[in-house]
Amino acid sequence: MNSHILIRSVDRTGAIFLIVVAAIAILVPICNLAIPESSAFHVPTYLVALFGKYLCYGILALSIDLIWGYCGILSLGHGAFFALGGYAMGMYLMRQIGTRGVYADPVLPDFMVFLNWKELPIFWYGFQHFYYALFMMMAVPGALAFVFGWFAFRSRVTGVYLSIITQALTYALMLGFFRNNFGFGGNNGLTDFKDIFGINIQAETTRNAFLVISCIALALSFLVCRAVVTSKLGKVLIAIRDAESRTRFLGYRVESYKLFVFTLSACIAGIAGAIYVPQVGIINPSEFAPGNSIEAVIWVAVGGRGTLAGAALGAVVVNYAKTYFTSGILAPYWLFMLGGLFVGVTLFLPRGIVGTLHHWKALRRAQLSAAAEDGVAVTPKQMPAE
Amino acid sequence: MRLSRTSLLAILLAFGLAVAFAMHCSSAQAASLQDAVAHFSADDFDETIAGISETAGTGDARAATVLQALQGGTLMFSAEKKAVYIQDGDKLFDAVTGQPVPGDPPADLDNVKLNNRVRGTIDAALGGLTLLSPDPDKRYDAAQAVFKSRDATVLPALESALAKEQDPRIKRVLMQARGAITLNSADASEADRLAAIDIESQRGDQDALALLSTLPANASPAVAKAAATAIAAIQHHLALWETVQNLWYGLSLGSVLLLACIGLAITFGVMGVINMAHGEMVMIGAYVTFVVQDTIRNSHPGLFNYSLAIAIPLAFIVAGLVGILIERCIIRFLYGRPLETLLATWGLSLILQQAVRTMFGPNNREVGNPSFMSGAFDLGGITITYNRLWIICFALAVFVALLGILRFTRFGLEMRAVTQNRTMAASMGIRTSRVDALTFGLGSGIAGIAGVALSQIDNVSPNLGQGYIIDSFMVVVFGGVGNLWGTLVGSFVLGIANKFLEPVAGAVLGKIAILVLIILFIQKRPRGMFALKGRAVEA
Repeated sequence: MNSHILIRSVDRTGAIFLIVVAAIAILVPICNLAIPESSAFHVPTYLVALFGKYLCYGILALSIDLIWGYCGILSLGHGAFFALGGYAMGMYLMRQIGTRGVYADPVLPDFMVFLNWKELPIFWYGFQHFYYALFMMMAVPGALAFVFGWFAFRSRVTGVYLSIITQALTYALMLGFFRNNFGFGGNNGLTDFKDIFGINIQAETTRNAFLVISCIALALSFLVCRAVVTSKLGKVLIAIRDAESRTRFLGYRVESYKLFVFTLSACIAGIAGAIYVPQVGIINPSEFAPGNSIEAVIWVAVGGRGTLAGAALGAVVVNYAKTYFTSGILAPYWLFMLGGLFVGVTLFLPRGIVGTLHHWKALRRAQLSAAAEDGVAVTPKQMPAE
Repeated sequence: MRLSRTSLLAILLAFGLAVAFAMHCSSAQAASLQDAVAHFSADDFDETIAGISETAGTGDARAATVLQALQGGTLMFSAEKKAVYIQDGDKLFDAVTGQPVPGDPPADLDNVKLNNRVRGTIDAALGGLTLLSPDPDKRYDAAQAVFKSRDATVLPALESALAKEQDPRIKRVLMQARGAITLNSADASEADRLAAIDIESQRGDQDALALLSTLPANASPAVAKAAATAIAAIQHHLALWETVQNLWYGLSLGSVLLLACIGLAITFGVMGVINMAHGEMVMIGAYVTFVVQDTIRNSHPGLFNYSLAIAIPLAFIVAGLVGILIERCIIRFLYGRPLETLLATWGLSLILQQAVRTMFGPNNREVGNPSFMSGAFDLGGITITYNRLWIICFALAVFVALLGILRFTRFGLEMRAVTQNRTMAASMGIRTSRVDALTFGLGSGIAGIAGVALSQIDNVSPNLGQGYIIDSFMVVVFGGVGNLWGTLVGSFVLGIANKFLEPVAGAVLGKIAILVLIILFIQKRPRGMFALKGRAVEA
């Protein structure tokens, strides 16, 4: 009875979530393009880009929630997969610049000419084709996650140990990408993008198009994640989260399940990064910074882990707060707030926003039904801890 | 009487002659310095170089002053008067006599021009002149300068210095300098050259290597062969010392890592708590050092050398109290939820960083070395700085003290009991929550002490702790949890491996390689080198 209510309410949350995303995809471009600037309903272009950015963070949060909320894998290195997807997109955009760069080299991006490189490194081949780049956006993070996960899960590295080595992974990648001879623009990363599919990347319509694409990607990722977690596979994942050893003793190959969901999550994070890059116009190694990955985890915690929609909501809320506070007079206090958020959410709101709402609703229903049955209010059974 | 008169006359005559001779001598020397210095008024680089050599060759006491003035750009000349002066502030002194020049300076006063060739000649000439200085350190530096310049004109001065020198250390460098000149001159005999090569190969450093690889073209096969043997020997010698040097740097880095993560090993080992704010405890310790030194500078400057002795207990207390506060207010509510603890302490680290940034500003704060920690000494082919040496000793001392606490005190016993089996320890009447708080305080306090040590070698800024946190976790994961020996071995292995990889792969790639190796290592031993065995692992 209890679980039936839970699933139904999550479904309703999912529907609300999809409607909101669709509304953003339709309303924001209309408010930006169709409504004149004088009107109060006009949305300025910079806000469109900002919304797009938040939605990308939402996708990243979804991917983290998929593994943390449903499989108990706390990755503190998901920013690495996000950045790798971003770099794949950046490489495609760099190849699109062509002769319009500062050095006007038809093949080599500017930074390579600057570094006196004579020919394109082999791993840059093929990135002039969008479909190849699209493939790499998912394949590179996915492959890295597969190899990393294969090693880690096979030898049963779990819990905080896994968190720490994922942190080391993104740190190592950051150090690598900072190097010029790594072939990805070093310190400055990839920037100065001109156009995508031959359309100016800075134009208003392009920005709105990216917002719509972000919304679609978010909705699709959500549906994929929902499909995974509501399937039989998802049940095993939750079992692994709650009692890994017991699941293994029941005969499930725990590491295969973990590896699958970890790789899928990395692919989704890669897509998030790929859509993120053209909207912010730059990708550089600081995206690999360990702090970024940990921040992404707090978005999920704020929204509610194990709720999917909540994770995306958390990403938007925290990032909106970040934009709001870091631009005003409160800027020096933002880190206090962010730190306080980490502490406060773990101590006082362990279920997150959406999780707490669900919890309240479940409590209320249980009380009502119990009252209806025998007229006595009983406290409902505690939900099992993670 | 007559005799006495003649003898008086003779004496007078002799006296007169002696005076005249003395006057003559002195004027002759002055004249020669005069002649030498006159070259400087020609305003021509070749003339200037000739002047430098002649000045140095006079052996006059003022020669060094003149050359130093030339080097410093205060040697002036007047082409019209054919006179050379030394300028000091706005006063002029005669270069030859050193007397002040009365009246207005000449209208066409200009300083003697220098170029790199001239500067090289001055260095060599000054080197030759100070070879006889009464100060042994100056003589040593002069001998080294001559060795590097290989200037044959200094040879006579070098020989006389060599004859007089008593200090064996300086004498050795003088011999090497003479050898360098011999090897470099085109007309030295084969026997001389072979002897010189022998001397240089004993020197055994990069300079000797450079000297031996640039022999003059007319060297005989025997000389060339001897040089090649010597080069091989030097290279071997250098490679050996480089290994020793890497080992030393590795030990130094290892001791820093040990200090940074030993507290972490305790909190993680005993309580299973990942404290991401551990680096900030180190930072707090460093800032305590800064505050202590600042206070001492302002009120009791004489106590500066004791500043670290004062800072160590203070840092321990401050960081320890902050640690206990964190444990009581946050961490105790999160036991059994390690991932949440990790996030909460990460948030805490942001808050602490920002708090320090607000209080002390975002810039680096200056923390000074007390006198016993500054300076360095040479040990064979490597230079050992005192601060690194002290930090290694200090890290080991902290380690031993901690082992002692764990082994011999009641608190240590309780701590070990809680580590091994929390439930059983509680059943035996140990107040585990109190042990937890004190353990966390101890770990944080040790991090504070580490901060005092790290303030001596690193920048004291709000980001100080961030730089160590990932490395520290790597050490703890690598060494194994709940075992201090694992931490000790882990830090030194990682420190040394890092420093040996650095010259091969570069600093950044070396670091990446270490991270990858650790990730691979964890595959083999997921619980580190010295893992706890038995049921405690899953607890």
